[in-house]
Formats: sequence, structure tokens, C-alpha cells
Amino acid sequence: MKKLSARRRHPLAALVVLLIALVASGGLYAAFAPAEKAAADETAQSLAIDEGKKLYAVGCASCHGPSAQGTSDGPPLVGVGAAAVDFQVGTGRMPAQQPGAQVPRKKVIYTQAQIDQLAAFVASLGAGPSVPTEEQYDPTGADLGKGGELFRTNCGQCHAASGKGGALSEGKYAPTLEDVSPKHIYEAMQTGPQNMPSFPDTVMTEKNKKDIIAYLHAVNSDDTVEPGGLNLGGLGPVSEGLFGWVFGLGALIAVAVWVAARTAKAKKS
Amino acid sequence: MSTNENNESRSRGKAPAGERIADWADGRLGIYSLAKANMRKIFPDHWSFMLGEVCLYTFIIIILTGVYLTLFFHPSMNEVEYHGSYVPLQGQLMSEAFNSTMHISFDVRGGLLIRQIHHWAALIFIAGMIVHMMRVFFTGAFRKPREVNWLFGFLLLVLGMFTGFTGYSLPDDLLSGTGVRFMEGAVLSVPVVGTYLSFFLFGGEFPGGDFVARFYSVHILLLPGIMLGLVVAHLILVFYHKHTQYAGPGKTNNNVVGMPLLPVYMAKAGGFFFLVFGVVAVVAAVAQINPIWAFGPYRPDQVSTGAQPDWYMGFSEGLIRIMPGWEINFWGHTLVLGVFIPLVVFPLVLVAIAVYPFIEAWVTGDRREHHILDRPRNAPTRTGFGVAWLTLYMVLLIGGGNDIIATHFHLSINAVTWFVRIAVFAGPVLAFIITKRVCLGLQRRDKDKVLHGRETGIIKRLPHGEFIEVHEPLSQEQLHTLTAHEQYKPLEIGPEVDENGVRRKIKGSEKLRAKLSKAYFNDQSQIPKPTVEEYKEITSGHGHH
Repeated sequence: MKKLSARRRHPLAALVVLLIALVASGGLYAAFAPAEKAAADETAQSLAIDEGKKLYAVGCASCHGPSAQGTSDGPPLVGVGAAAVDFQVGTGRMPAQQPGAQVPRKKVIYTQAQIDQLAAFVASLGAGPSVPTEEQYDPTGADLGKGGELFRTNCGQCHAASGKGGALSEGKYAPTLEDVSPKHIYEAMQTGPQNMPSFPDTVMTEKNKKDIIAYLHAVNSDDTVEPGGLNLGGLGPVSEGLFGWVFGLGALIAVAVWVAARTAKAKKS
Repeated sequence: MSTNENNESRSRGKAPAGERIADWADGRLGIYSLAKANMRKIFPDHWSFMLGEVCLYTFIIIILTGVYLTLFFHPSMNEVEYHGSYVPLQGQLMSEAFNSTMHISFDVRGGLLIRQIHHWAALIFIAGMIVHMMRVFFTGAFRKPREVNWLFGFLLLVLGMFTGFTGYSLPDDLLSGTGVRFMEGAVLSVPVVGTYLSFFLFGGEFPGGDFVARFYSVHILLLPGIMLGLVVAHLILVFYHKHTQYAGPGKTNNNVVGMPLLPVYMAKAGGFFFLVFGVVAVVAAVAQINPIWAFGPYRPDQVSTGAQPDWYMGFSEGLIRIMPGWEINFWGHTLVLGVFIPLVVFPLVLVAIAVYPFIEAWVTGDRREHHILDRPRNAPTRTGFGVAWLTLYMVLLIGGGNDIIATHFHLSINAVTWFVRIAVFAGPVLAFIITKRVCLGLQRRDKDKVLHGRETGIIKRLPHGEFIEVHEPLSQEQLHTLTAHEQYKPLEIGPEVDENGVRRKIKGSEKLRAKLSKAYFNDQSQIPKPTVEEYKEITSGHGHH
């Protein structure tokens, strides 16, 4: 003890104390916190995170930053959750081709396995909504009428009454919901991608989300029955007016020309 | 007298049944003299003269299908729960109007087809009226004696628009409810009386429980009744004035060259009615219109994007969409200029085209009757004005569909709106200038054709090596057609002072008229048509000119 106290005014004493404190706190942290992680170290989950991290470094880091902290070209991804990744990459929106008012839906370039790995990596950065299970978004047995009412109340302002999409300001838009898979609709509501507000379970319950998914499938998918014939894009009076002018009045004028050209004329010699 | 006639006819045997029926009818209706006067009424043949018929026939189709729809429609806003065939609306609360329209669409035999024929025919009816009006406008058919008929036609267009709007609102779906709300907003923007007017229209606070029943009466009774009367008056005047015709050999201001009403025109017009009905029915069978089930029932707390009126009201939508949201506060009262200014401009756009014939008549001072139509190129100022008006109308239509244009052409809606804001002012001016130049160019070409003949495209080499293009002289008929129009001279109001140096009294309106007349008919606004002397000089000359 004497030796120690004799050197307590040594110029390096402060450094030694600091080192001891750091080792102690670090050691304590290593002893407690990472203990659980260490237990799961060899699981598939951490493998997926590792793979996801590699994919992230190649395909996403240039805009979202090497540790997903976000840059001027892309928002931070800490805490967005696996559902957001599954939606953005699963609909082909990410990786984005170019910055712009809004990133469009396009061809999906990752396999579902790769998307899951990316999602696992992003989920490991911070807590966020996870990818829904099939029983969460499966619309069987949902209330179509209720779904329609919810859709018209919450979604129709931007996506139009039957989900054909619409314009927002400055080149942004609400995309058409035609043939979007139930899982992606669920995730979009959950995470609120791009310009869309999010509708977490506290705002819109799982059951309500199912109702909306069922309604959209009934009115805006390949299975939709159009009782009146061609739906002309489902855009309402603008496309109807154009069709009426071109094919309605246009045809009638063609008929008029035909009728007028055929008449009981005296033959010219 | 009848005794003698009866004896005579008995001696010759009974007259054929048709003749006896005609005799019976003549004794009561006077059809013989009526038929004698009108059976041989002549109508000229041209496809553009059948545009009015398109309107008449679609109007008849609308009435026929409309009657069918009234058999099933309930103009009531009582709330009911839906239990029809359309699954995605099961159990939803809706007005009886919406419910019965759903019933017509899904559960009445032929109901949806009839509904679609009714709606498509309405769109085509008003489109036909616009095109018919433009035909009359660009050919100058509105000149004396047809000014009143022009106004009748214009009234039919305006009434057609409002009949269409009230009909579009009847199903009480989310789309049309938004349209009615739009209209209510416009009414509310009227200073001082706006609120009272709105309460009067809707029987209280919007939407209330009255407006469907009220619009129903207006839609099926009031407006169509007036329109039917106007259509009859319009047709009587067409009969009375006789039809106009395009210039050509043998066609003068005092005759009509064409085919008699009976049998030729009756057959053609009757056949044409069925062709029109057929085309409209095919369109209605192929393409869906106003799918109210996709919009859902109207609720004031819901709204859908992409909400537009039918195309004929589209220009009013455009006016609202491009207007900046200005408002003024005045002693605690808000004046919503962003809505009120479009409301004021809306009728002005329509009236601009309606009053043009009277302005032109005043400028030309022409009080003669005109039965020969102008070629649009020979009236460059009128044609320019017409195209400018159409440009304004089209630009506003683009404004009304700015969101659809933005999403489908991948543009920013703000950019589309700004384009329309500028084009509303610049477009008509540009269109006027360009159209006038095009007309003058065509006039020059006509003059060239008259004097030098048609370019044949045959290149001939002369013995001394020169190449010339062979021009073929026009036939006498073609020469007549190209030179039949007359040209006005600018109005002269004489010097400002008389011979004694005293200032003459010239009214301001006369000065304006002279100025306009100069703008219409000076050397820059019409190419003097070739004179007989010019023609003779050139055609009598030797060799190529």
C-alpha cells in the first residue's frame, strides 16, 4: 500500500487510474451485457446479420452511410425495422436508381433470402416493426365493407377511392395499389414509406389492416370484376371524357361522313 | 259537299286504306297542306350539317333511357344499409339514392347498360353541341338571320351542362358528393349572400337531407323541359330560315341546293338515328362510366383524390385549380377570392363565345341575310378568335385534370399548374396570332391557285434547257368556289374636321368601331382576292407566268 501511495503523485498516475477504470467498466460490461449475445452467437440470426451487413455495404451504404447513420442522399436506417426493409427492397424501390421527388416501384433485384438478411441487419441496428407473419396479413374472413369504409376514410385522399393512385405536390405521388401483395400493403401501413404517414397497430389495428387488404384485393387486383366493361384506367371523368370524345363523338362523326357521302346524287356524266 | 264526294267515291269503289286514313287525318289536322309545303323542303348534303343531328339523337336517347332509370331510382337521402349483390359494400350505410343506383346497376335487368348509355350519351351530347357550335361559328352560319337560333343553341349548351351536373350528382356517391361540395363552396364564396344561398339550396347545412330530391326535380323535369322547348324552337327556326350551304357553282344566297326532305332526308335522318343509337350503345357496352360502386357512398368526412366533374364542367374545375388561394379580410368578413374569382370568370368564358356574333355584326355593320357559308380562312379574325377561345377552353381542361396529367406524364403537379396559369393568358393570344397567319397563308395559296392554277408536280424541260413546273388551270367550278366570298372594306368615319375646319362630332363608339373594322379588314388581315382583270391578264398572257 505504501508503494502505491508513494507513487500517487507520479505524472502517469492519472493515466493508470483511467486505464484501471476503463478496464473495470469494460470488463463489467463484457461480463454482463454481451453475455446473452455470446450465447446466441452461433445462431442463424447472427449469420443472417453478417450476410446482411455485407449486402448492405455493397448496395445501400453509398446513400445510407457505412453504419446506416444516414447521409444527405438517404435517411438513417437505425430503428426503421425489418418491415421497412422488406417493403422497400421487396417492391424494388430500394436500391434507388436516382434521387428524386419519390423513388418508384420497379423490378426487384434481390432474392427474398437476401432481403431477409438485409432486414435482419437493419433490425439489429435498433428496434423497429418486424416483418409481419402470414397470419397477420392474411385477408381471409376479413370484413370487406368495413375495409372499404376505412380505406375511403384514411387512404382515399391520396390513393383515390379504389386505390388507383394520385398526385401529391412537387412531383411526389401516391402510387397505385393494383396488385400490391398483402404483405407489402401491411408493411406500408405499418412503416409509412416515403411520403406516406404510418398507421401502427395503435392507430389501426391488425384486424382493420386485414379489412383494408381484403377490400383492395376485391376492388383493385387481377381478380376484380368490372361489371361495366373497360374501366379506362379507373381514373374517373378525365379518362371517360377523353374516351367519349375520341371513340364516342369520333365514331359518330365518322358515321356522319359516311352517311353524307352516300346519297341519291344525279350521276355526273 | 260530303254527300257528293261519297257518291263519287262509291261509284269508283272504296279508296285504299292508306288514303282513307290520310283523308281522315287531313280533315282534322290539315296534314295535306302541311306536307305539301314541307315535303319537298330541300336540305344540303354535308357531313358537318349532321352534327346537329348527332346532338338531337343523343338528346332523344338520353330522354328514353332517363325515363327507364326513373322507374327504379329513389330520389331520397334516407339512410339505409346496403344488402344488394355487390359484396365490397355489404352492410355499409348509404342514402336511398345511392342504394337504388346500386340496385339499378347490379339487380335491375339491363339497368347498368341503360345507366351507361344514359351517361355516355350525355357526354357525347354535350361534346356534339360544342362541335356543332364550332361548325356554326367557323363558317359564319350565325350571321343574320340566324342570330336568335345561335342564342337558342348556346342556351341549350349551358342548360345541357347543368342538366348533366345535376344528373351526375343524383347517385350521391363519393365522387359526385365531392362535386356538390365544390359547388357549395363556390356558392359560399359569393359576398354577403353566399351563406344564405347555400342554406336555401340545401335546405340548411350541407349536405342536409334535401338536395338529391331537389336536384332530381331539376334534372328530370325543369331543365329537360326547357331544353325540349328550345330544341323544338331551334328546329322550327332551322326550317324557317332554310339551311345554309357552302359556296359552289349554282349555289346562291337565294336558293338551297340539296335533296328533298321526303323521301331522301327522312330516310337518311331516320337511318342516322339508329346509327347514332348503335354507336352509343356499343360505347356503353364496352366501356364503364361512373362506377359508383368503386367510389362508395358519399360521406362529408371522406374524399377521394382524382375527383373531377364530367368533362363539360372540367374547365370550371381548371379555373379553381389554377387560382391562387387569395382571400381578403374585411371587418371580420372573409372574401374568398380564390374561389369567387373563378366563379365570376366561369360564365364569362361561356358568354365570350355567345356574344361574338353580335360584336362581329356591329363591326361589319352588315344587315344583309347570309345563307352562303364562309370558309374559315376567309374570315381570319373570326377564325382566330374562335381558335383562341378553344385554346382557353382546352388549357382550362388541362388545369382541371392537372393531377391525372402529373401522374401519367411523370410531371410535378406544381409545374402543370404553373404552365396552365401562364398558358391561360398567353395561349389564346398566341393561338389568335398563329391562326390568323395560317388563314392569310391559305388565302394567298387560294389566290395563287386561281391565278396560276394547280401545281401538278410535273417538271417539264423546255427546248432551251429551262425547267418549269406545269400548272394546270382550275376548272370553272373550282374558280367559282375559291372566289365566291366577298371581302369587306374597313369602315371609314371620315376626317375629324369638316371642310370649314370645325371639329365633327364623332361618338366614341363609332371610333372604336372604325378601329375594330380596320383591324378586321385592313391589308394585314385579308389578302385581296384576285380580280377579273388580274385573272384575264395572266391567263391571256403567252407562255408561263
